[in-house]
Amino acid sequence: MRRYSAFAIAREAARYHTGWERAWASPEPKKKYDVIIVGAGGHGLATAFYLGKNFGITNVAIIEKGWLGGGNTGRNTTIIRSNYLQDSSAAIYEKARSLYETMSQDLNYNVMFSPRGVMMLAQTEHEVRGYQRTAHANALQGVKTEFIGPERVKELCPIICIDGPRYPVLGALWQERGGTGRHDAVAWGYARACSDMGMDIIQKCEVVGVRSSGGKVVGVDTTKGPIDCDKLGLVVAGNSGALANMAGFRLPMESVALQALVSEPIKPCMDVVVMANTVHGYMSQSDKGEMVIGGGTDGFNNYTQRGSFHHIEETVRALVETFPIISRLKMLRQWGGIVDVTGDRSPVIGKTPLGNCFINAGWGTGGFKAIPGGGWATAELIAKGEPGPLAAEFGMERFIEGRFIDESVAAGVAH
Amino acid sequence: MSTRLSTGGKYLNRSDQRRFTFNGKQFTGYEGDTLASALLANDQMLMGRSFKYHRPRGVVASGAEEPNALVNLGTGGTFEPNQRATTTELFDGLTATSQNHWPSLEFDIGVANNAMARFFPAGFYYKTFMAPRAAWKHVFEPIVRQSAGLGQVPKDRDADTYEHFYAFYDVVIVGGGVAGLQAALAAGSAGAKVLLMEQTAHLGGRAVIDGGEVDGKPVDAWVADAGETLDAMPNVTVRLRMMGAGVYDHGYVLGYERVRDHDPMAEGPRHRLWRIRTQQIVTATGAIERPLSFAGNDIPGVMLASAVRDYVDGYGVSPGDRTVVVTNNDDAYRTAISLKKAGLEVPVILDARASGGGALADEAKGLGIRVETGKGIAKVKGGKRVTGVAVCAQAGEGAVLEEIACDAVAMSGGWSPVVHLWSHCGGKLFWDEDQAHFRPDPNRPPTSHDGKGFVIPAGSANGPMDLAEVMGDAHAAGLAAAKALGLKSGKAAAPKVAPQPEAAMEPVWLMPQGAGPKLRMKAWLDYQNDVKVSDVRLAAQEGYESVEHTKRYTTLGMATDQGKLSNINGLAVLSDALNQPIPATGTTTFRPPYTPISFGAIAGEARADTFQPLRKTPIHDWHEAQGAFFEPVGHWRRPYCFPRQGETHSDAVNREINQTRKSVGLLDASTLGKIIVKGPDAGRFLDMLYTNMMSTLKPGKCRYGLMCNENGFLIDDGVVARIDEDTFLCHTTTGGAERIHGWMEDWLQCEWWDWKVFTANVTEQFAQIAVVGPNARKVLEKLGGMDVSKDALAFMEWKDGQLGGFDCRAYRISFSGELSYEIAVPASQGRAFWDALLVAGEEFGMMPYGTEALHVMRAEKGFIMIGDETDGTVIPQDLGLNWAISKKKEDFLGKRAQERPHMTDPSRWKLVGLETLDGSVIPDGSYAIAEGTNANGQRNTQGRVTSTYYSPTLEKGIAMGLVLYGPDRMGEVIEFNKVDGSTVAARIVDPVFYDKDGEKQNV
Ligand SMILES: Cc1cc2nc3c(=O)[nH]c(=O)nc-3n(C[C@H](O)[C@H](O)[C@H](O)COP(=O)(O)OP(=O)(O)OC[C@H]3O[C@@H](n4cnc5c(N)ncnc54)[C@H](O)[C@@H]3O)c2cc1C
Repeated sequence: MRRYSAFAIAREAARYHTGWERAWASPEPKKKYDVIIVGAGGHGLATAFYLGKNFGITNVAIIEKGWLGGGNTGRNTTIIRSNYLQDSSAAIYEKARSLYETMSQDLNYNVMFSPRGVMMLAQTEHEVRGYQRTAHANALQGVKTEFIGPERVKELCPIICIDGPRYPVLGALWQERGGTGRHDAVAWGYARACSDMGMDIIQKCEVVGVRSSGGKVVGVDTTKGPIDCDKLGLVVAGNSGALANMAGFRLPMESVALQALVSEPIKPCMDVVVMANTVHGYMSQSDKGEMVIGGGTDGFNNYTQRGSFHHIEETVRALVETFPIISRLKMLRQWGGIVDVTGDRSPVIGKTPLGNCFINAGWGTGGFKAIPGGGWATAELIAKGEPGPLAAEFGMERFIEGRFIDESVAAGVAH
Repeated sequence: MSTRLSTGGKYLNRSDQRRFTFNGKQFTGYEGDTLASALLANDQMLMGRSFKYHRPRGVVASGAEEPNALVNLGTGGTFEPNQRATTTELFDGLTATSQNHWPSLEFDIGVANNAMARFFPAGFYYKTFMAPRAAWKHVFEPIVRQSAGLGQVPKDRDADTYEHFYAFYDVVIVGGGVAGLQAALAAGSAGAKVLLMEQTAHLGGRAVIDGGEVDGKPVDAWVADAGETLDAMPNVTVRLRMMGAGVYDHGYVLGYERVRDHDPMAEGPRHRLWRIRTQQIVTATGAIERPLSFAGNDIPGVMLASAVRDYVDGYGVSPGDRTVVVTNNDDAYRTAISLKKAGLEVPVILDARASGGGALADEAKGLGIRVETGKGIAKVKGGKRVTGVAVCAQAGEGAVLEEIACDAVAMSGGWSPVVHLWSHCGGKLFWDEDQAHFRPDPNRPPTSHDGKGFVIPAGSANGPMDLAEVMGDAHAAGLAAAKALGLKSGKAAAPKVAPQPEAAMEPVWLMPQGAGPKLRMKAWLDYQNDVKVSDVRLAAQEGYESVEHTKRYTTLGMATDQGKLSNINGLAVLSDALNQPIPATGTTTFRPPYTPISFGAIAGEARADTFQPLRKTPIHDWHEAQGAFFEPVGHWRRPYCFPRQGETHSDAVNREINQTRKSVGLLDASTLGKIIVKGPDAGRFLDMLYTNMMSTLKPGKCRYGLMCNENGFLIDDGVVARIDEDTFLCHTTTGGAERIHGWMEDWLQCEWWDWKVFTANVTEQFAQIAVVGPNARKVLEKLGGMDVSKDALAFMEWKDGQLGGFDCRAYRISFSGELSYEIAVPASQGRAFWDALLVAGEEFGMMPYGTEALHVMRAEKGFIMIGDETDGTVIPQDLGLNWAISKKKEDFLGKRAQERPHMTDPSRWKLVGLETLDGSVIPDGSYAIAEGTNANGQRNTQGRVTSTYYSPTLEKGIAMGLVLYGPDRMGEVIEFNKVDGSTVAARIVDPVFYDKDGEKQNV
């Protein structure tokens, strides 16, 4: 792999950029791989990357029905934070966040991780207490957060209206090293690195069946024919139910549409990410200048990747209330992704009823921030056949035992 | 130069002059002008700067597709960035400034990026700015951010208002061009209830400018007649300045009406968002002309041929004195003819087609215009304004044959149907080889619940460009919509139009065809985002082969016009680079809205005081007059405390508690949820809902109950009163009333639909007032009318009667540990009853208390609070509430779940009381720490605090918490963490701090 750098750009500029190589190869599938990962989203690609990097397993195929990064990874609002309440959540999200810190250098691809700070507004007494609890939990989990007062909120984000008539801002949970990243670049950076390790990323190839023998997986059927494998990782987010069905088991998950939208770009006016859970909305400003906005999920299951307008209205209303100056900005585009939601709003990383078949799913509305951590933990699971400490609590047996990892405790909207 | 012509301008009213300013300069225009036409009339071709390279930008289009001419409009509370000059109607006093430059539009430092453009190809930022690590956040990103963004940031609160409309139609027709009008005539005369919306201020669309004859009349006369006919039809509504913003599932259409953007001094809302349900949608949204990709095609003065025609004929403006026309189709000849007829020079028409044009070409030649076939533009000359073009053979690599001086270029690369609304909800497209465009695939429309299509494209939006074909197609679309509704076609006939055959267009995706890297780096695709042909080719070369990858890597089509001009050209270049046919490349997804719509309109009336409904108890006004400090609880506002002169909130809370415990206090408990559950199966139903047994409760008695969800977690609590054999009244928490009512209905409607039970949420029907404290009985006795003695109304009983002449229901329940009555009166009597109580209580020093005093008193008494002791992960067993879980019942919601291994695990944290050793208050949310760390390096914990207060009664900090093996560790001291890293020591004690034996409440 030719390294990217300012010098490389200067070199190429001299020859009209004719010398740039492909970021990733476009191979035909081989007959068999040690590991097949289904789904070239962030989690699938990161899983493959850490299989190679941490365990030296590189005879790997990542199979993607569309274009890599085209699922939720390429549709999300890119908030990265780790100020979670429960220990096992904080552990994996903080692992991920810390990997984001060095991801550009690790991948030699600028993923534009921007630790600009994330604040979650407290607008009721109840929320104040909730976030104070999170701050205390984070202090013991090694996650740096702080509960700040309304003046500090205003100082960090001058466009917030802190004394709104309905829900004055009473404070906020502030994570200074949270922020955003460039979602496509995360997928592309991992893809380039995987391809460089000799892994095959096979796009426009849908997995349509899972083949097994004696209770163990032996391969998959795809729209490009059957492919064999020793181990299989299902990392397909909103399509997890469909894949589980092929593999012969059911999941405690539902697929629902989650929407987001952006405004037309304006000059920078907001350097931090703000989440307002009482009124249900969150916003940040991209490096292009667009206000990036998201809200809650639709109340019904679907696979269409588009949502209902009612949610857009609810979200925009909340944000016009929180940031009155946006009233005269315009919505440029709205879109949706299908997220995989579990009963306790926490992911599943673990073994499945089918031998040698593993799953990473259920990230729901908030798995972008987890990509490197999720990939790290899933790679360990697949390589060793057993979950390591990061994934230990996330097996789906927890739903049978009643051992939930419930984050909705801490916040209404989770991203 | 661009200037106002002395005659012409179909849209203008030259008798009404309008003044406006642009970058502080005074200009004039006319009624009917857009800001863009008025600026052109004043020779202001330069209107903005591009996003990445800050290149000078002039207006390129004349409508909603404009990517360049974006301005900051207005000032203060009516300031708005990124307003398209082409869709901004001129009004008197308009002020606009140009965007994205520093220090000025003419001289912009940012243009240095342009000089460096070679080093900033597509995606360059993914490849650099990586070292050193902190540099992205602290150096590079701030630079990128500062140069990004287009318009300025609004500073003030929006001074305008907005509103929502809800409307229902049989047929919604989007687009008021000739196709939309004809479709409306056809559907309307069949009897359908029709709404036709047109985004501009005029009906007729392009045809008004392009001309032709319909039914033997000039097309503009036909348009006027059609408008009148529709106006006269009672079942048809026509709205101007209203855009079809989006099509959603189940025939849901979003209409965006700009009510008075053109007349800001008028009264009323600025925008109106129409939320429409309709059976059928006809998209008569027309087509958009495509630019051609040649070097320098972004220099101000290069415009779409149709836009040039619009400015000349519609607005009486000449974009330039000498305009070169360059085209791959016949339509652009119309522009040359218009220019010539307006007395302007057209030095040459460059027709890329080797065989040239048809009848229109002959007409142009007849006017003496030079026509060159098989030719194209090698390069446009000029900087902030076109000065000339270098002509070359289209088939070659750009060898210059000749240079022609000109100050404007009118280009046409063919037309693309506006398929956005067709596509929003899943309508599919196919590639029309002849016209080289994507158009709706009639076999794959967006489908409704019945699997049938509900969107019908009409006119140019469906592909046809010839007027005769357009009218025929639109008529058929209108009839099809009516037919889908089961209506018979009415008397409207298909209009007669003589076909005007044109010579076939020939796709031209790059001009000249063999343009090398140097020219490709100057051939723009996306003007606003500065994406060039070379960028798309680079994306393909680097493996970003999916059209979505290319879009994201290059930012093609991601500007404020969402690729209306650039997308097709871009994906043709991509297809060429990948050596695959265009349909194999496909399009990116079309998402709402069609053009950007204001957040104000989306939010509608819901802002500030009307942001959400505010629920007030009947006593709210009194609280307010007393200067109560309120806290939001759900949609309610509840007094947190009633501070007096000079008191802090905590002073007030302590006073309220002391007085209540000492004598008597008063609480407005009206917000408490009250749900009536009635019917022969009501008892059975409540037995399933609550963990305890409710069916055995006797009329006249109350019982405290717990509700769990299917996962066994405690979700609500409250006192249930049995009114009669068939009727229960269930009290819920304030925040839980709606949720619990919904929960009940969920079970009744989905699972136990055959049970004979009704529920009604009567929360707001009653005002409920708690009279609390040792003197509570005396206060009520003063009011008189009901025997409230212990014998007549014992603890956990209720009784109907009169107090002080008010009809009421009195409950003997207590959430404070004191002697306490909760008295419900009809809401309309609430305030009067409150006042009567105040008078009766005066001699006892009775005073109201707020939610905080309520919280502290219940904590002193060891009562749990939903939301404090519970958080969705706590089961009643954790809280020592096993006594409230029936062992006799076969089933209740949560029972099975509570038997799961993790729920019966003895190591679950359990409720205890906590007393700090130093009397301080444990911080909210604190955790009890344990030795060592877990496998992930996190500090181990053994519990957490759930409620923590200063108790004025005990004069020290008290708390409740959940602690590992807590109830077995009474007396043990454990450490709670603080966020600063220090700890506070607390002793594990019984959670009931006050009146352990209940001697005070049960008197
Ligand atoms: C609107 C929106 C906003 C969000 N905002 C945030 C946020 O701010 N912060 C945050 O942390 N998270 C956010 N999320 C969530 C986050 O995007 C996801 O949790 C995360 O991207 C999931 O990554 P993934 O790799 O698991 O899934 P995906 O990126 O969806 O990847 C799954 C892949 O599997 C492929 N696939 C599916 N079926 C098959 C098959 N049969 N064969 C082959 N391939 C298949 C899909 O095509 C897809 O590419 C948001 C999500 C949405 C939709």
